[in-house]
Amino acid sequence: MSEREHTSKNFEQQLRTLKDKLLLMGHHAEKMIADAIHALVERRPSLAEEVIKSDDTLDQLELEIDNLCYEVLALEQPVARDLRFIATALKIVRDIERIGDIAVNIAERARELIQEPVLKRLIDFPIMAAASQRILKDSLDAFVNSDAELAEKVIRDDRTIDDLYEQMFRELLTYMMEDTRYISRALKLIFIAKHLERVGDHSSNIAEMVIFLVRGQDIRHGTRIDRG
Amino acid sequence: MSESAKISVRGMNFFYGSQQALHGVDLQIRQHFITALIGPSGCGKSTFLRSLNRMNDLIPGVRIEGRIELDGEDVYADAMDVIQLRRRIGMIFQRSNPFPMSIYDNVAYGVRVNRITRNRLKMDEIVEKTLRDAALWDEVKDRLGKSAIGLSGGQQQRLCIARALAVEPEVLLMDEPASALDPISTAKIEELIYELKRDYTIVIVTHNMQQAARVSDETGFFLNGRMVEFSETKKLFTAPGKRETEDYITGRFG
Repeated sequence: MSEREHTSKNFEQQLRTLKDKLLLMGHHAEKMIADAIHALVERRPSLAEEVIKSDDTLDQLELEIDNLCYEVLALEQPVARDLRFIATALKIVRDIERIGDIAVNIAERARELIQEPVLKRLIDFPIMAAASQRILKDSLDAFVNSDAELAEKVIRDDRTIDDLYEQMFRELLTYMMEDTRYISRALKLIFIAKHLERVGDHSSNIAEMVIFLVRGQDIRHGTRIDRG
Repeated sequence: MSESAKISVRGMNFFYGSQQALHGVDLQIRQHFITALIGPSGCGKSTFLRSLNRMNDLIPGVRIEGRIELDGEDVYADAMDVIQLRRRIGMIFQRSNPFPMSIYDNVAYGVRVNRITRNRLKMDEIVEKTLRDAALWDEVKDRLGKSAIGLSGGQQQRLCIARALAVEPEVLLMDEPASALDPISTAKIEELIYELKRDYTIVIVTHNMQQAARVSDETGFFLNGRMVEFSETKKLFTAPGKRETEDYITGRFG
């Protein structure tokens, strides 16, 4: 987070551990989303099961990160960038955990969809899946590298994903109107699309916190509050 | 900002002989604000503080350039009455230094010296009021005639604050006022500082950054004789503007 190290080696070590755990958790959530999509597209029920099981790891990491944050707050009384880093960690840990839950939801829908015949080939689904995975990756990269410009890009890209969701919704709606036997499958795909759209929202939250971390500016809810 | 400045410092240079201790310091201390000065040892913050009421005058070889004003009046003007200046700008030191006399006389001392009153009843009133203002009255009201040396460290420091308040100053300068005290006494002093800001303008020098963060409205960060950054305390401690400030307050030294 900064080239210069703390004079207190213990504090430095705690912050490093915290960052490592967040990176591990982010990487894990990213993989869960990717696997859930693969499970659906490649019709692999065993992969869907793996995603569902692996959520425990994410939950465990969330608890460890929360505890470490409280420990640092109580024992080191961080200020300035260190304080913003802890505040950011406490917030994005929640977003990453929610992304894991979303991956589980997608895997569950995938598990059901695999049992049924394939609905017509979807044009927008792979585009949306790729876009939401990229935005998630970008938001985590922005955090790792303290890259506020990349974080701004994430926030812009999230709007594209919202648009893709609308498009996909309309596409699936036409299937349902065409043939009532498609309704169940189309609905599940709409759920999945909604989940992917939520991945974009959480990535955008992470990006907002990265901007806060790097610049000390709060840009949430369309405001721009400079600290103080 | 300048219209509410109680003390205004512009382009201040300070020399101990040939050694320059402060370089071009500009600072506005606002009325009824608590202004904290932080920075590592030797950064010049205490030298700066002591210059505000000319406590450095007696040190040989000292030379000051620039301008320091109290309510627009040049503090270093020849016409300035230094005794009067120090009555208006009181000072609290790191080590409490009660006089070896009774609690009552400690508070009354400055009032007598400044010939504010000789009336016994009026004096009783001033002593009680200032001891109350210093949050010490309830603890000492039954032993006002006893020696001040018998008080605890925290009580002694509050007595010194009462002694400073008794001459009705406008500004209080505090140099590490709580660094020799335990956490409970420290909390009481900090609470007191917060109360005092209604009536006084306070400048506090502290090594304890959490203390600066807790009690002050604005904070100045000094490094190597320069004031690196001055801003609202909550801004300085959440999102400082300068890299040097960031490194210092987050504990990334040298």
